[in-house]
Amino acid sequence: MDPEKLLALIESICPTVRHRAHADRAALSIAADELLALMAVLRDDPALRFDFLVTHTAIDLPDEKCFELVYLLYASEHGHSLFVTTRVDRDNPVVPSVCGLWPIAEWQEREVYDLMGVLYDEHPDLRRMFLEDDWVGFPLRKDYQDEHMLELPK
Amino acid sequence: MSVQIRTLEEHLHASPQADSELTTQEYLVNMGPQHPIAHGSLRVVLRLDGENVKFVIPVPGYVHRGVEKMCEHLTYRQIIPYTDRLDYLSAIMNNWAVAKTVEKALGIETNARIETIRTIMSELQRLQSHALWWGVTGMDLGAYTAFLYGFREREIIGEIFEETIGARLTMNYIQPGGLMYDIQPDFAAKVKKLIPYLHGCIAQYETLLSGNTIFQERLRNIGVMDGAEALALGCTGPILRASGVPLDLRATEAYGVYDQVNFNVVVGAVGDSWDRYYVRLHEMRESLRIIEQLIDNVPEGDYATLRYNEELILPEGLHYGQTETARGAFGVFIDSDGKRPHPRRLHFRSPSFNNMWVVTRIAAGWRIADFIAIQSSLDLVIPDIDR
Repeated sequence: MDPEKLLALIESICPTVRHRAHADRAALSIAADELLALMAVLRDDPALRFDFLVTHTAIDLPDEKCFELVYLLYASEHGHSLFVTTRVDRDNPVVPSVCGLWPIAEWQEREVYDLMGVLYDEHPDLRRMFLEDDWVGFPLRKDYQDEHMLELPK
Repeated sequence: MSVQIRTLEEHLHASPQADSELTTQEYLVNMGPQHPIAHGSLRVVLRLDGENVKFVIPVPGYVHRGVEKMCEHLTYRQIIPYTDRLDYLSAIMNNWAVAKTVEKALGIETNARIETIRTIMSELQRLQSHALWWGVTGMDLGAYTAFLYGFREREIIGEIFEETIGARLTMNYIQPGGLMYDIQPDFAAKVKKLIPYLHGCIAQYETLLSGNTIFQERLRNIGVMDGAEALALGCTGPILRASGVPLDLRATEAYGVYDQVNFNVVVGAVGDSWDRYYVRLHEMRESLRIIEQLIDNVPEGDYATLRYNEELILPEGLHYGQTETARGAFGVFIDSDGKRPHPRRLHFRSPSFNNMWVVTRIAAGWRIADFIAIQSSLDLVIPDIDR
């Protein structure tokens, strides 16, 4: 299905979503408090059936004081894919966990927590993944500083 | 809101304890960070009851280098060598994922020669990776001869790579807009000589391991996972296809010249370790089939369509491209601000990272020896998990 049609279909099912401009495939923006409800529809609606969470990551946007969370979904049956993005406050980055819908999210969200410091509500096992338990700070944030860091060319 | 952050120590203590009826005591065993079956630095904590695995806690992070952070300061061409180091057994396919994403974002057209050579090289690399996997799986399960055979094939394919690319392991060959070097004049002749030899090798693999009763007993019905579960757990590649889901990016999202050749997507029926083994063996045959169809008529043309020092600035927005590596879907997610020749944020969706997690779900309830078979059948490359 081409992106335009897919977006039109999703809009007919959930009227509150917005298109997200600037993405190479169909992309939606959604408020963080509506995330879980929308994701459940995307996974379960027979016309959509996004049964595969390909990847989940976060973008740090210090100028806009937020983290943009990106979920890339794929429907194995229909063969279409979709970006879902949501924004959370940079000072209080709490977002509902989607691991009830896609179990792999438990693993992917832990990575984002470890490196970006986004907190996932109702995540069963939120702990550091790559770094030590006592590591201070979140290295993928743009303002992360470490005494061992080299100054890189701008 | 109930965000609860735990440490590994707390997680270990919070895990279920022995039933009161049991007479044995549960204990924790650290497998790794240095263990022969991990083929790298990976720590896996096993909670054991006697020889039975109660559950598994993978602890990655021993090879974590912050690749994504480094990439925020690199141009798109400079990112290519970093992808080699993630999964050094699928280096060319990893390069291709970056090149594909950049080309799609900028609308760069390549020619038939470039796409054909990319496809042939990728399939050679898949053969190399699967041959090595076959060897190390044999070694993990106690068949040391297999290890030597697998390495032998890997080296022979490596010679072909070395002639054209100049490297045997970290080949940054595919560039945005083309290739790093043109193929050597005798490349086609050498590859054609290699095809019957590799067919013979696969036959040898079958007689050496596949027919072995002990080997079969150690893989059959071990670590069974059905298709729906594999999808939910984020698996891709041979692991997903062994569970019966015919998802292969070469077929579903044809790139390169995969839409111009005949090949089958190999799927398994049961989803056990044996199917994962067999899917890879069959994939080697399919790879040879693809190369056979392409090697005789590599089209003429230029091998690069961009000047090497051309500055590439991606348009603002989210870009994603993926290729099917030997271990599954390798994706490159780029967020560009449209002003600088660097990504604002770059994320690698690496197959081993997602494939790794299934051990927590399918290894529980088996013996330690079965855990070895299960983890071996997942074909993990540790730097690809840790990034």
